[in-house]
Amino acid sequence: MSTVTTPEISLTPERSTRTSLRSRLQDALPKIVLAPSFVITLVFVYGFIIWTGYLSFTNSKTFPSYAITGARAYQRLWRWTFESDPPSSWYTSITNMGIFGFLYIGICLGLGLFLAILLDQKIRGEGLLRPIYLYPMALSFIVTGVAWKWFLDPGLGLEQTLHQWGWTSFHFDWIKNKDFVIYTVVIAGVWQASGFVMAMFLAGLRGIDGEIMKAAQIDGATTIQLYRRIIIPLLRPVFLSAFIVLAHMAIKSYDLVVALTSGGPGGSAWLPSNFMYEYTFKRNEMAVGSASAIIMLMTISAIIVPYLYSELREKSR
Amino acid sequence: MSAIVSSGTAARRSNGARMFNRVVIYGLLAFFAIVYLMPLFVMLVTSFKTMDEIQNGNMLSLPSAPTFEPWVKAWGETCVGLTCAGIKGYFWNSLKMVIPAVLISTILGALNGYVLTKWRFRGHTLVFGMMLFACFIPFQSVLLPMATILGSLGRFGITLQNATGFRFGFGNPTVNLVLVHVIYGLGFTTLFFRNFYEAFPTELVKAAQVDGAGFFQIFRRIMLPNSLPIIVVTVIYQFTNIWNDFLFASAYAGTGESMPMTVALNNVVNTSTGVVEYNVNMAAAMIAAMPTLLVYVLAGRYFVRGLMAGAVKG
Amino acid sequence: MAFLEISGLRKRFGSLEILKGIDLELEKGGFLVLVGPSGCGKSTLLNTIAGLETITEGTIRVDGRAIDDLHPSKRDIAMVFQSYALYPNMTVAGNISFGMEMRGVPVEERKKAIDKVAKVLQITHLLDRKPSQLSGGQRQRVAMGRALVRDPKLFLFDEPLSNLDAKLRVDMRIEIKRLHQATGTSIVYVTHDQIEAMTLATKIAVMRDGEVQQFGTPAEIYNNPKNLFVADFMGSPAMNLLTATIEGGGNDLHVSLLRPEAEPLRVPVPQIGGLAAYSGKQVIFGIRPEALTDPDGADRNAKSLFEGDCLIDVVEPAGSDTFAVTKLGGKEVVARLRADARIAPGQTARLAFNLDKAVFFDPQSQQRIG
Repeated sequence: MSTVTTPEISLTPERSTRTSLRSRLQDALPKIVLAPSFVITLVFVYGFIIWTGYLSFTNSKTFPSYAITGARAYQRLWRWTFESDPPSSWYTSITNMGIFGFLYIGICLGLGLFLAILLDQKIRGEGLLRPIYLYPMALSFIVTGVAWKWFLDPGLGLEQTLHQWGWTSFHFDWIKNKDFVIYTVVIAGVWQASGFVMAMFLAGLRGIDGEIMKAAQIDGATTIQLYRRIIIPLLRPVFLSAFIVLAHMAIKSYDLVVALTSGGPGGSAWLPSNFMYEYTFKRNEMAVGSASAIIMLMTISAIIVPYLYSELREKSR
Repeated sequence: MSAIVSSGTAARRSNGARMFNRVVIYGLLAFFAIVYLMPLFVMLVTSFKTMDEIQNGNMLSLPSAPTFEPWVKAWGETCVGLTCAGIKGYFWNSLKMVIPAVLISTILGALNGYVLTKWRFRGHTLVFGMMLFACFIPFQSVLLPMATILGSLGRFGITLQNATGFRFGFGNPTVNLVLVHVIYGLGFTTLFFRNFYEAFPTELVKAAQVDGAGFFQIFRRIMLPNSLPIIVVTVIYQFTNIWNDFLFASAYAGTGESMPMTVALNNVVNTSTGVVEYNVNMAAAMIAAMPTLLVYVLAGRYFVRGLMAGAVKG
Repeated sequence: MAFLEISGLRKRFGSLEILKGIDLELEKGGFLVLVGPSGCGKSTLLNTIAGLETITEGTIRVDGRAIDDLHPSKRDIAMVFQSYALYPNMTVAGNISFGMEMRGVPVEERKKAIDKVAKVLQITHLLDRKPSQLSGGQRQRVAMGRALVRDPKLFLFDEPLSNLDAKLRVDMRIEIKRLHQATGTSIVYVTHDQIEAMTLATKIAVMRDGEVQQFGTPAEIYNNPKNLFVADFMGSPAMNLLTATIEGGGNDLHVSLLRPEAEPLRVPVPQIGGLAAYSGKQVIFGIRPEALTDPDGADRNAKSLFEGDCLIDVVEPAGSDTFAVTKLGGKEVVARLRADARIAPGQTARLAFNLDKAVFFDPQSQQRIG
């Protein structure tokens, strides 16, 4: 193609001076078709975010109140951030978020890459194994939660099974332990998402130019060197997209905590999303709930906005 | 890339070492396969056991006398909150919500993707970027305003009923959820179709224009008939997401007759009255998981492609 | 009045000007080729003629009627695309008749038209197939069939041969030429391949950066390039363009060309208006490879032949000809010799310069001198 391609190339005639009303309507048709979706997004996403932001500066309790009363909700959250003994719900939520986010993302990436590399060794039965690693992604967090709740239950699940098999000293009651319950959320979360990360890495591995690897082999690289020095660095874009997906799933996780732990003993498994829901709908602290939602949004935006910006800018070149 | 056939040193290695390597690789793969299958296996066997066997037997053992009783009970008799009519009603609720929501959001996404790639206008990237960002927001940040709006719609419905004798669906929780899922699914469906149509040859559109086809004719006769793969991907992605949603469902239809499946399941499992019937719980969970698992088994390829498309943005 | 008239045509995207005032015309039944490197605006120009892109200024007239505000389907044009743009979901027959269907032509009439075109292009046996079941050449034919069936006033071709392999490209090129001779329809054809341009066109417009560099018959373009760009772009292998200094004056005007391991070569140049004024200054001396050959193979009718010894660097026997590379004026120069010319790398060979065909350019303005 020899056209000078610019992002603005359009098939729509822009000159309307000499055209009739009918053809002007024709020209506007694409925009008319897109408009409802865009307006819906503007109102129901951006408008609502502003609305929530507004509510966080009021003293709304059970019902919204629209008199601005300042940043009290944020001040309270700030104070709670440092209230570690006894921990405030907010303190628990954000520490859990840190633990969960770090482990969930880290383990999913590690395990996903590991499985992908194993599967990439010309495995017979790959077609059978891949779907096995991936199926948890089709399940809802609620079903995942129910399954693991049962599996991790000290009286019924894994612990009891091992006792029956004779390992009577085995002790595993994290799901009932307020200090460890968040780790069970990590386990269930990793189980659900790591297969998906594996699929992303596998696609990435399959996309690597085979000639690069032949060249590395001729240069005398061992298998481990090949992966460490050539292949894994080439997978950088996959790491990035997987990180983005996992990070936004981690911050949005709400259902899993509810279904797996019902919030854990004394709310000890809460994530900020649970905090928001509880404070808004159960504890009648709408302003605080809104403030926490805004903080969640800011956190995600800090990750997503630069990513989307660079992606879209690249694309329009 | 397909496996390292034999690296310089590996070629020199003995056959025994190679064999050992393969055994370790297959062993690890099998181990992880068992780990991933375990929860599903436990759920499945438990759902066919009697309560007696559950309390006295081993979690991993196969049911000694398989019984469908728990499934029957979960479907038709178990208590969700205070009503004890099984989960079947909620299963249908979910279906009634999912089908229209998936159809509407897919059609809108296809049209949006078509406009954003083949009928570009100044600022199309910004419009797309803004719709795309909506995919990532934590829904907590719109939960409350949406509740307020749905509340007003409900009141409007009552007014409408008083005036005309008919509510036109205003305030109906299922209709509400369809609306919510269409709105917050638009970003994803638009993304899917935009990326697909981005690679769709623009010359076809030009050729159709020269042939005299208009905006909708091109969409219907040229674009749609060639979009089957992305339609399948989008439908599966939306179906899975909406069926599995819990946050919106519990916020806007968290009680009463119109709960979707996920909320009902959570209620079944967390009902504190009486003896906890684990086998019934597991059967209920299996029923809740069935539609998405079925989709996964039947169209796994498209399912994965959808997840990937959702992952590699822009 | 010309059949196709493009006057003062401009196209802007924001501040970026893609077409900077194009003026072209084509006689009825003519074959206009728009040629240029990628990004020169030739496809954009074609798209504006088709109505697929709007124009910012100027007019396009076909047969005396301004068409620049008409929808593409109302312009009585047909277009063949680079990728052929066959609708993958329709059969060959469906592809050919889609335009008629859109215009509401009755089924019976459509059938007749399809059959007629299919016969002309010998694709009758393919009518029920889908495009994915066709070979590249067959797809090309179907794309032409879709254009032919409209019986348009003007055919537009957008690099229709660039997706074909070398041999098929030559076949299809001949086919297009035959089609043009048979139907006599006016054609506008975009390509970046200057051989296609030379072989097909009755008129060529060489474009660069949104401007027409030269507009004329193939012979004019080839023999009398207006500027350095046209000289360099048209012809394969490309014209040798050497920096040289004009020396002498009056009847003894010559250029001196540096050559390795020898005195500079003094080549006398013919009396070209304006060239004398460059005495003592640098010019660009252009000579096509076929005007630089072995003495026995030189054009006997040439008025001014000059022979000089050159050190041969590389020899490329190409079967029909032998190409020799030598260094003159600090640049590599390609000479085109007869296939059996006796020549070896590292040796000095005598080459004949046909100075009738030599051209000179001003190094600053890059325009032709004289």
